[in-house]
Order: sequence, then C-alpha cells, then structure tokens
Amino acid sequence: MNEFKTLTTTILLLTVTSAVHAGATLDAIKKNGFIKCGVSDGLPGFSYADEKGSYSGIDVDVCRAIAAAVFGDAAKVKFIPLTAKERLTALQSGEVDVLSRNTTWTSSRDSAQGVNFTGVTYYDGQGFLINKKLGVKSAKQLDGATVCVQAGTTTELNLSDYFRANKMKLTPISYDKSDESAKSLEAGRCDVLTSDQSQLYAQRIKLAAPDDYIVLPEVISKEPLGPVVRHGDDDWFDIVKWTLFVMVNAEEMGVNSKNVEEMKKSTNPDVKRMLGVEGDRGKDFGLANDWMAVVIKQVGNYGEVFDRNVGAGSPLKIERGLNALWNQGGLQYAPPIR
Amino acid sequence: MTEFSVPPVKPPFWNNPQFRAIFFQAAALVATVAFGLYIFENTQDNLRRLGIASGFGFLSSPAGFDIIQTLVPYSAASSYGQVFWVALLNTLLVSALGIVFATLLGFIIGVARLSKNWLIAKLALAYIEIFRNIPLLLQIFFWYFAVLRAMPAPRQSLNLGDAFFLNIRGLYLPALQFQPGFGWVLTALGAAIVLVIVMRRWARRRQMTTGQPFPVLSTSLALLIGLPLIAFWLADAPLHWQVPELQGFNFRGGLVIIPEMASLLLALSIYTAAFIAEIVRAGIQAVSHGQTEASLSLGLNFGMTLRLIILPQALRVIIPPMTNQYLNLTKNSSLAAAIGYPDLVATFAGTTLNQTGQAIECIAITMAVYLTISLLISFIMNEYNRRVALVER
Repeated sequence: MNEFKTLTTTILLLTVTSAVHAGATLDAIKKNGFIKCGVSDGLPGFSYADEKGSYSGIDVDVCRAIAAAVFGDAAKVKFIPLTAKERLTALQSGEVDVLSRNTTWTSSRDSAQGVNFTGVTYYDGQGFLINKKLGVKSAKQLDGATVCVQAGTTTELNLSDYFRANKMKLTPISYDKSDESAKSLEAGRCDVLTSDQSQLYAQRIKLAAPDDYIVLPEVISKEPLGPVVRHGDDDWFDIVKWTLFVMVNAEEMGVNSKNVEEMKKSTNPDVKRMLGVEGDRGKDFGLANDWMAVVIKQVGNYGEVFDRNVGAGSPLKIERGLNALWNQGGLQYAPPIR
Repeated sequence: MTEFSVPPVKPPFWNNPQFRAIFFQAAALVATVAFGLYIFENTQDNLRRLGIASGFGFLSSPAGFDIIQTLVPYSAASSYGQVFWVALLNTLLVSALGIVFATLLGFIIGVARLSKNWLIAKLALAYIEIFRNIPLLLQIFFWYFAVLRAMPAPRQSLNLGDAFFLNIRGLYLPALQFQPGFGWVLTALGAAIVLVIVMRRWARRRQMTTGQPFPVLSTSLALLIGLPLIAFWLADAPLHWQVPELQGFNFRGGLVIIPEMASLLLALSIYTAAFIAEIVRAGIQAVSHGQTEASLSLGLNFGMTLRLIILPQALRVIIPPMTNQYLNLTKNSSLAAAIGYPDLVATFAGTTLNQTGQAIECIAITMAVYLTISLLISFIMNEYNRRVALVER
C-alpha cells in the first residue's frame, strides 16, 4: 500500500540517524554493493519493467550509468518503483540513493523539500491527451471538462493554474498511478488526461486504440525532468551530476558505446581527458580514473540513450526537439571536462 | 519457659514492595520521556541536516490544486488548511453514510439469516460468507472498475423523467433551491416535532393509567408529514428544483454523486453489513427462546415481541461489537486513495504531503484525526451502551 510506504518512510525519517560526514552515501553504496534507484511505476520510455522484470528507459539508464561510474558495472542497480506521491519522501528518508523518476525541477523542491536536482535528463512540458471524437482542437476549449491527473505532481498544480488563468471550470480526478488515469480516460470517466508530453506519448501507446487519441497542441508549462539526490552530501551530488554531463559531452565529442575503445587512441585532448587516457579527471571524483569511459561503453552517450528509449529507435518516436544538443538547436549543454 | 522476643528486622529497602512499585514506575516514565526526547531531537537534527522546512506554517499557504468533491466552498486559491477541512468532511461523509447503510443492511440480513424460510436464510448466509471473505480493496475495485465503468457516456445517459441522469460520470440529481417562505415549512416541521413529543408523553401516561394503547406511530407520521405539507401549500410551494442539464462535456447544475464516492460507499456498506449481520444474529440468538414463547402466550403479537422483548435484550449483546465495526468502517474508508476519492488520506496525507514535503506534520495531523474520530465513535457508542445495559437493582 502506498499509504503504508509513506508511513514507513516517515517513521524512517523520524528515527534514522545517518552519518553526517560527506561521502557517506557513496560509502554506504560501496558497502551494499549496489545503488538503490527510485524509478517510475511504469512509464514506457522512461522506466518500464517487462514481463521478466527487467527495467528499461531513459531514467533507468541514468541509474545504470551511475552504477557503471561507481562499480564499473552497469548492472549493480536495484530499481525501486515509486508512485509520484511517495518519491520525495523515499529519497529524503534514505530508502533510495538517487531518484530518477521523471521528476520536475522546481524551486520549492530544491529548497524546502531537502533535495537537490543534479541536471536535466529530459526537457518536457505539460500537455493534454484527448479522444478525437470529442472534436476538441485546442486546450482553450476544455471549459467544464473532467480531467484525469496524477496526484501529488506539478502537473496537478499547473492544471489548476491553467484553468484558473483561462477562467474555465475544472473537474479533476487525482489518481495515484498513471495506469489508473489511462484506464479512466479509455472508459470515458474523464474527457482528457493531462501529464508531461513525453508521458502522454508513452501512455497513448498503452491504450487499446492509440489512434483514436490526439495530443493537443498547447504546452502549458516548463517541466525539466532530472535525477534528484538528498541535500547534504556534495560528493555524491557531484558523481550523479557529472555522470549525466559525461553522457552529454560524449555525444558532443562523437564518442559512443561502439567506438569508445577506438577513441581512446584519439589525439583530441578533450576526448583523452574524458576517457581517462590523459590526466586524473576521473580520480578527482574518488572513482576509477576511466569511469567516464566505462559509463559510455556500458550505457552509451546521451544521444544513444535518447534514441534507444524514447527517440527514433523506440516505439515512442519522440523528436529530439528541446533535447537536442545546444549546437544543434536544443538545450542539452554540459560543462567541459577539465 | 523462656520467651524470645525477636526484634523486628527492617527488610532492605529494595525488598520493600512500595518502594519497588514506585521505583519501576519512575524508571519506566524516565525511559519513555528520554526515548521521546531522543526521537524529537533526532528528527529535528535530520530535518536540519537535509534542509527540510518544518512547522505548521504551510497550512495557511495557498494549495493551488482543485478537488473533485467539496462540501464547503473551495477553490485552487484556498489554503492547505482548507484542504484539510474539505478532506476531513469527505472522510466523515462517506463514513457516516457507510455506518447508516451498513447498519440497516446488516440488521435486515441478520434477521433474514434467522428466517424460517429456507431460501431467505440460505441467501443471507451466502451473502455473509461471500462478502466478509473477499478483501475490501478488491470489492472497491470491483465496484469502481467493473460495475460503475459499465455506465454509458454522458450523452447516452440513462434518463429518468428528465431530472435524474445516470452515466459514467456519476448520478446527477436535481438540487433543491430554497425560496423565501420556506421558513414557514421549517416552522411547521418544528411544531410537528414538538407536538409529537407531547403526544407521546400523553399516550404513555394514558397507557400506564388506563392500559389503553394509542396508535403513536401512525399519528406521529401524520403530524410530521402533514403539517409541513400544509405549510408548503399555503406558502405557495417555496421550493424549486434545479435540474441538471447537458452542457458541453458534462451535466451542469443539480447535485452529483461521483462514482468514486458511490463505489467506496457500496463496498464499505456491503462489506461491513456482512459482519453486522452476524453480530445481529448472535444478539438475537442470545435471547432465550423461552422469552418469545412467554411473550406470545401473554398475548403480545410477533411485532411487539420483537420490539419490546427481544430487541432490548439483544441490543445489550449487539452494541459493543457493533462499535468495533463502526470503527473499522471509518478506518477502512482510507482505502479511498486507491480509486481517487478525495478523502483525508488521499488529499491531505497524500497530495498535500507531496506538494509541501511536510511529511511528519501531515502524517501526525492525519493520525491525530483518525484517533479523535475513533475515540468519539467509541464514546458515543459506550454512552448508548450504558443506556441500554441491564440496570441492576
């Protein structure tokens, strides 16, 4: 039960004394032998468990990359599915080491809720999914509509803001799980489902007749989604942050999982530094000097991860759009490795 | 003969029972307080270290989300404090209605279980065995995802006299709108209630002195219905119906019972009724059959026997376990979160907790509320029990 989980994590928050010294998270992870990674409870392209229970998705690959960085083995991750309501409490209380669960970076989460966002894996925005037969062409025509939304998300707040700003009447139904929202949309309990656009595409392919549904053109919010860690452990924060940056840098430099060994012979000093051939940039993090090369080899660069999970190589076929590299018209930009 | 006088030996103080009693109580108290302080300090420490805000200040900041069912005025601009009231009232509504329906249904099934008619008795038995042995959460899912999902879309609503509409969005009913002059109807109702009380006292006294019974029930009903009706007619029908109308996506106007509430209420009532039926059966069977025979031989009819002889005695057995069922029902209503009914757990301990990150405060408030509701129900039922209990003379 969700409530039970919330309760136990709350009690954990009350009683657990964790060591205060920096690097405590990494020490604990090394002792356990695996990373506890909080992921979504079922969102194709982001984190989705198949019949055999093996996870795939962009959020999942971020955790695999962190495991590759820490252990040199991308398989040393334990995935913990969390609902939107549970996720931040689970992170705060130490039930997970890192939360990679399409979570929106906001000021209140960064400040009052005691967590730190390490970067942006996916630039998203909120949209609406609706049955074609209702004949709605714009979100402005949704006055009086019943809307399915996931409880405890920024989506829920944006939805109310949007309807208030446009003076429209709103009847929301808040479910704990996105599956329940999708089922309700199909049954006609709600007219329209709202969520981040990426999720809408993901949920649409789960419907019985995906072609009967369209995503409305309006994008009503900014939703930068990224990995989250607890406040107060800067070493761990750095590792998670730079794992993502390495993947973005690798794409920019043209290094991918197939050519990484070859690229070690490259004469480009940027590439040499990243792959640990030259300098001690890897050791600076308290990890193996070639950890960045291992991440790229075992998981891939950002472009590979995107294509495989949500892009052209996946059933979702989402355009790169805002998630293209900065020098290709997108927003993905990583600080240099030096 | 020599006499020995043994000087009284004072036992060591640790063998003194009085000292021991006080010592162990004090030790337990100190340990409890120390543990409490440790938890408190530790929590404060953890919160500070993680940089999580604490305190109850968040209750006055705006919530920013809408809620599907609100019994008091609420909008996205309202505060988290108002979210709390809305959520609490939703919990109380479904619990109170659940208690009423479960009790009515439970009594009927319980009596049916004892029926001399083979079919009725076996049907009641089947009901009890089926519904109390299926987990409640599954029953809620059954009603919500299987039964109420089979309803038609708003445009194909089941229409009853152009006033009642049933569809997948819920049951739409006409809403009452009071016009000026409705006060007269209320006054008439008040007068009727006073008259009924006076009449009942008079009838009782008359029966005590003369032995002549008076038809109290039918007279009361005539007064309670008749007087307000006359006032209603005299005041020119000061009551309008606001009928729901299909507009755009949905019906507007009127009242709506949302399917989330309906399925939760159905599941809670039907499930708890199965337990109540068994309690009622046990209570009735606890009254020895000789009492019924004695009563019948004294010339009382079966209805009077049930009302005057059996039920007053059965209630003494029924009330205490019934309290447990009422408490269970109230606490089980928190399963609402599973189907999106905005009760206290879903809306306050769920959404509010998540939007504010104030886990400890939200959970503490929620636990305190359930504790208070449960203690209140216990208190009321204990009071009632005291009144029906056997008075020893």
